[in-house]
Amino acid sequence: MSTQVFYFVATLSILFSLMVIFAKNPIHSVLYLILTFFTFTVHYVLLNAQFLAVVNFIVYMGAIMVLFLFVLMLLNLNKDTEPSKSPLIKIVGVIAGGCLIVTLIGSLKAASISSPLILKNPGLGLVENLGKELFGPFLLPFELSSLLLLAAMVGAVLLSKRDEVEA
Amino acid sequence: MENLTTQMAGVPLNHYIYLSAIIFTIGVIGVLTRRNAIVIFMSVELMLNAVNLLLTAFSVHSNDPSGQVFVFFIMALAAAEVAVGLAIIVMVYRNTKSIDINVLNRLKW
Repeated sequence: MSTQVFYFVATLSILFSLMVIFAKNPIHSVLYLILTFFTFTVHYVLLNAQFLAVVNFIVYMGAIMVLFLFVLMLLNLNKDTEPSKSPLIKIVGVIAGGCLIVTLIGSLKAASISSPLILKNPGLGLVENLGKELFGPFLLPFELSSLLLLAAMVGAVLLSKRDEVEA
Repeated sequence: MENLTTQMAGVPLNHYIYLSAIIFTIGVIGVLTRRNAIVIFMSVELMLNAVNLLLTAFSVHSNDPSGQVFVFFIMALAAAEVAVGLAIIVMVYRNTKSIDINVLNRLKW
């Protein structure tokens, strides 16, 4: 029964991500992207990666998508002002993507790994296990990522500040 | 939850790879065909998420928590990237009154 849940959610993921690409209005794109991320959260729950499910829910669907929506509303782009690319470029883009997926799936066929996914350790994705990993062998990258976030915050404020000297 | 994940044994690893490949390709097509800078940015997010899902699936497959730690770092990196990128887009909009990327082709010269 649960495998059918996976296939249902996977279909929804593909559908919503296609809608992200093909929606004319950028606001609709953001809303479909939120739905796509929600289906990804369901995938994480199905894989019993509960920590990642919660982080995906809070960080992606909460913080990042609010940032996208905020910028879209700030720039007042909620109308179809976007001139679409020429049909030739669109067709070439879709063909290039099709070539990419054919290559990926073809190489996967050559590799032939199809063993079913078995959760050997049920506590693999829980907070306790990941916390021990994160604050043990990965302590230095963890602290460096805090530096990265600080630098990104300072950079974002500096970039979006109006430059009084030139203006 | 316990009951649910024990039933997950039926899904082959292949199908996770197919799903991630398809969603990654959708992201690539979005980058190639759209002109709105914010939609291109969203396509990049889509690609990052496809990779995240694949890393998690392989982490479960090989019973190694390092993969999920990598996903956590990718999420932190994506947050930083979105903050800086959207600031750049706001600045571009302020200077050119448009977020059409074809306006920006003078960066080539």
